[in-house]
Amino acid sequence: MLEDILRDEGGRVLATLIRLTGDIDLAEEALQDALVAALQSWTREGIPQNPGAWLTTVARNRALDHLRREAKRRQKETEALLSFVPGHGDDRLQLIFTCCHPALSLEARVALTLRLVAGLTTADIGRLFLQPETTVAQRITRAKKKISVARIPYRIPSDHELPDRMRGVLAVVYLIFTSGHHAHEGSLDSRFDLAEEGVRLGRMLVALMPDDAEAHGLLALMLSTHARRRARLDAHGNQVLTAHQDRSIWDLEAAAEASRLLERALRRRRAGPYQIQAAISCLHSLAPCDVEIDWPPILALYDLLSSRHPTPVVAVNRAVALSKVAGPEVALPLSSAFGASKSGISFGQPERISCASLLARKKLPTPTDRRLLSR
Amino acid sequence: MPVYAALIYAEEGEATPEEWAAIMADHNEFSERAGAAGVVAGGEALQDSNTATTVHVQGGKGGEVIHTDGPFLGGRGGQKLERRTPAEDPAETKEVLGGFYLLKCQDLDEALSWAAQIPEAWNGGRIEVRPCIGFTQE
Repeated sequence: MLEDILRDEGGRVLATLIRLTGDIDLAEEALQDALVAALQSWTREGIPQNPGAWLTTVARNRALDHLRREAKRRQKETEALLSFVPGHGDDRLQLIFTCCHPALSLEARVALTLRLVAGLTTADIGRLFLQPETTVAQRITRAKKKISVARIPYRIPSDHELPDRMRGVLAVVYLIFTSGHHAHEGSLDSRFDLAEEGVRLGRMLVALMPDDAEAHGLLALMLSTHARRRARLDAHGNQVLTAHQDRSIWDLEAAAEASRLLERALRRRRAGPYQIQAAISCLHSLAPCDVEIDWPPILALYDLLSSRHPTPVVAVNRAVALSKVAGPEVALPLSSAFGASKSGISFGQPERISCASLLARKKLPTPTDRRLLSR
Repeated sequence: MPVYAALIYAEEGEATPEEWAAIMADHNEFSERAGAAGVVAGGEALQDSNTATTVHVQGGKGGEVIHTDGPFLGGRGGQKLERRTPAEDPAETKEVLGGFYLLKCQDLDEALSWAAQIPEAWNGGRIEVRPCIGFTQE
């Protein structure tokens, strides 16, 4: 409870301090001091009425102390901190765009977003990605140095850049989510779950960008997928295909929330890949059982997806939908087009192929993945 | 205002006079536009890398001066220091530094958007954008 408040409010305070000072290290140090002070004071005297304002004030004063201690006083930053009036808007969106800037490597974008926006420690991130903490710390330090030296701006991109940059942000959040979905068993002892972090970041994006249809689509897709998390693996840790999953342990609340979000997104009439994938996922969830899945609309959605984003995974899934609608004899010739039959991958196993392509991107097969692929 | 070096890498080849004129026209167009925006702080086009000489002093300061013909250490006419596979060896690819602009820009986004308009960026080459040291002092 207290930890959740500190993490949530801490993220906002950090974003504000970075905006004011333009110095990520200074902001992190000041926030750390404020969090320690809060933990001591709040456990003794209870949580204040406005924890965010409390933290902001303390962190700002700590940042000023840090600046005063420096041999060379930094006038601009000091003035920005002194003239700051609490209670203005949310600065986290700017921070997300900086963390997901295309001039940073994808690994750096993921690590920075988890560290600065989601508030995980480098140790947490290392455990989740099975990497030594020092590797993660170095990656983050290098990225922060590039942000400061090359002057990666801290702002919401202008209108003409926004669609491209927003796609980049959504891709980072989705990558965090899917990394969690294919998590290694070794990461299970972590306090955090990457899939949950992805959903949490998705909620943040929807709140910060309420007019963005694809942000809604991404959250819907993640929630709809996440709704099946308990049914994804069998007792031996092997992946269970959606069709064979025990529907009684699906999280119906999450699935229903996904549908509501998707409806809201589709009303904006700006369909994108996340909304289309969310729609497909929601149609699977809506069917009371495997044989009642409504395939024609799913096929139509795959047609749309493959016309705009032709990837091998989409092609395979489309062929599966086509075989359900028109019979395997219609869909089978398509399989040779992408060499599915040659590699020994048969129909009805789209997940296996999706998984293989995810692995290829991730380059780190988990034991679960390996078992699935070797079956 | 920060200054960024936009280093132009492209494959070298024999250009016909017409091709050469077209490349120069594209560069003139770019530098006029960027110049009018107050972005260009300098720049040069370099002669062919065949005219380059690489200098290296072996054994520290005051040691033996080694000259190599070409843009790489131990290239043509010199001794290869270490044999690597063609994919790893920049000397085996024809892509070389062909020139640079110095761009005065507010931030990296501005520098990147100008770099994308340098002819080699869309002519099959690439532009490496690096911040120059010293701009942070202002």
